[in-house]
Amino acid sequence: MKIRSSFGERCFDVANVAILTLTCILVLLPLMHVVAGSLSATNALIHSQVTIWPVGFNFDNYVLVFRNGTFWQAFGITFIVVALGTLLNMLLTVFTGYPLSKPYLKGRKPFMVFVIFTMIFQAPMIPSYLLVKELGMINSIWALIIPGALSAFNLILCITFFRSLPEELFEAARVDGMSEYRIVWQITLPLSMPIMVTLTLFYAVAHWNNYYSALLYITDAHLRPLQLYLYMLLAQFDTSDSRAHMGSLNTWDVSPQGLQMATIIVATVPILLIYPFVQKHFIKGAMLGSLKE
Amino acid sequence: MDTRHVAAATPKSTSGAKLARTAKFVFRNRALYIMLLPGMLYFLVFKYFPLLGSVIAFQDYNIFKGFWNSEWVGFKWFEQFLSYPNLNRLLTNTLIISFYQIVFTFPAPILLAVLLNELRSMRFKRVVQTVLYLPHFLSWTIVFGFAYMLLSVQTGFVNQAIQALGGEPVSFLQKAEYFRTIIISSGIWKEMGWSAIIFLAAIAGISPSLYEAARIDGAGRFKQFVHITLPGMLPAIMILLLLKIGHILDLGFEQIYLFLNPLTLSTGDVLDTYAYRVGILGGKYSLTTAIGLFKSVIGFLLLVAANRASKATTGEGLY
Repeated sequence: MKIRSSFGERCFDVANVAILTLTCILVLLPLMHVVAGSLSATNALIHSQVTIWPVGFNFDNYVLVFRNGTFWQAFGITFIVVALGTLLNMLLTVFTGYPLSKPYLKGRKPFMVFVIFTMIFQAPMIPSYLLVKELGMINSIWALIIPGALSAFNLILCITFFRSLPEELFEAARVDGMSEYRIVWQITLPLSMPIMVTLTLFYAVAHWNNYYSALLYITDAHLRPLQLYLYMLLAQFDTSDSRAHMGSLNTWDVSPQGLQMATIIVATVPILLIYPFVQKHFIKGAMLGSLKE
Repeated sequence: MDTRHVAAATPKSTSGAKLARTAKFVFRNRALYIMLLPGMLYFLVFKYFPLLGSVIAFQDYNIFKGFWNSEWVGFKWFEQFLSYPNLNRLLTNTLIISFYQIVFTFPAPILLAVLLNELRSMRFKRVVQTVLYLPHFLSWTIVFGFAYMLLSVQTGFVNQAIQALGGEPVSFLQKAEYFRTIIISSGIWKEMGWSAIIFLAAIAGISPSLYEAARIDGAGRFKQFVHITLPGMLPAIMILLLLKIGHILDLGFEQIYLFLNPLTLSTGDVLDTYAYRVGILGGKYSLTTAIGLFKSVIGFLLLVAANRASKATTGEGLY
């Protein structure tokens, strides 16, 4: 398509590309700065010589992170929560989503209203906290898993996908004497791999990033997940934990900033690694979600 | 199985044929209802119970007496909250940050979607989208970490730039006057790209024939934008704006809590962070539940009012 564009329009095109390029740089800048800092020599770092390229390249900060027991403890908690939490999420989402995707299910509409209502009127903070407390889950890893066991938003994404599967297929399986449970397991799931991947990643990223539940329900330092550990590392220099780091500074010749930067990057890398694979799935999800609203 | 007997017995005991048919359906498809049970139970317990639990705002909730036996005190907590000396500060901070969010954070993705839509190179567009969607997937803790490092007095990029230009380094995160700017800019940094998706979808939904007709009539790209793209985006813009107005007192606790420190309380302490400190850490459950309820009621009223205003002026509304 060749359209004659005016001088003004050509100017706009150039400015547009420039603005968007600048925006991209601004978004990437903090990431590059922290990566560079985490890989730099302490001297260069504390003398403000590091911008977006490492000065005196070395891995000392990362060695220190990976030698730290508290880090591994927090990482372990997060790992368990991501694994167990996502598994529970997927089981509940699939088994709740399957019946709700059947247009002939009696009571389908009230059930859907029941679900959607929770998206509009969100559970308030204090009563949720008291509920978890009454259930005896304070300072237990279950507090990070059970209260977020099912997401109404993801459930609706799942239902929308299941509804696109041809009902004749299920009918045929039923005629062959398959139980509904086996139909879910052997027919629905294999046909729904794209949405299963999307939802698994949605849930896993949410668990990885979650610090709110831990802030509310976890007071025991041994049960802190990675995100909360990172926050404590950044915000509270006077905890015994960071004093332990400070104590080892002399032997390792690293600055607390370098260590903090390396910890930030370690917490970011898993997201960066899966991002290219999930981007298009996530966007599909976001579009579906916007249609539902 | 127990359910089987109950379901089978129902048709005989009721006269209504419709009810009998329903019971028969439920019995025949009991597997579907059994599958539904855990999920529905989850929503009931973790979403509906806390909503009902909001009644402790009208009680003198005592953790030992529990929900059922605590004393009723009417509007005592609301009165106490409304006469709280620092209420003014809390409300002002909340409303100012919310106002900034509507003025700066809200239009950013709209503008971005428009700019992306005007790009001629699809490859460049995809690259920009890939970069700008990324921060959405990072947690607020990590975003706080980035901001913390970028603004650090000793090593931060921003202070390096200030010093290079001959200025004195500033400890931005410890200064109350910068708090709101930091909240707004980090919010835009994280969510601008992702929020643009909805507006891009709205633009994609505009019929190409409209643009063709406009071109035949001699409209340039700017005119096409004003008369076709913008009106095409309006429904999406209005719906999201209305939802934002309904949440005017919810600013995103997760973000603000991380950035807040004792030195920035004067400009950054909002209703949610106060509720967390006094409620969860201080144990004043009833008082802070009252604050939560107050927020919801105000939000709901504003939403209804804004919806009415929007319907009268633009014809768009949520319901």
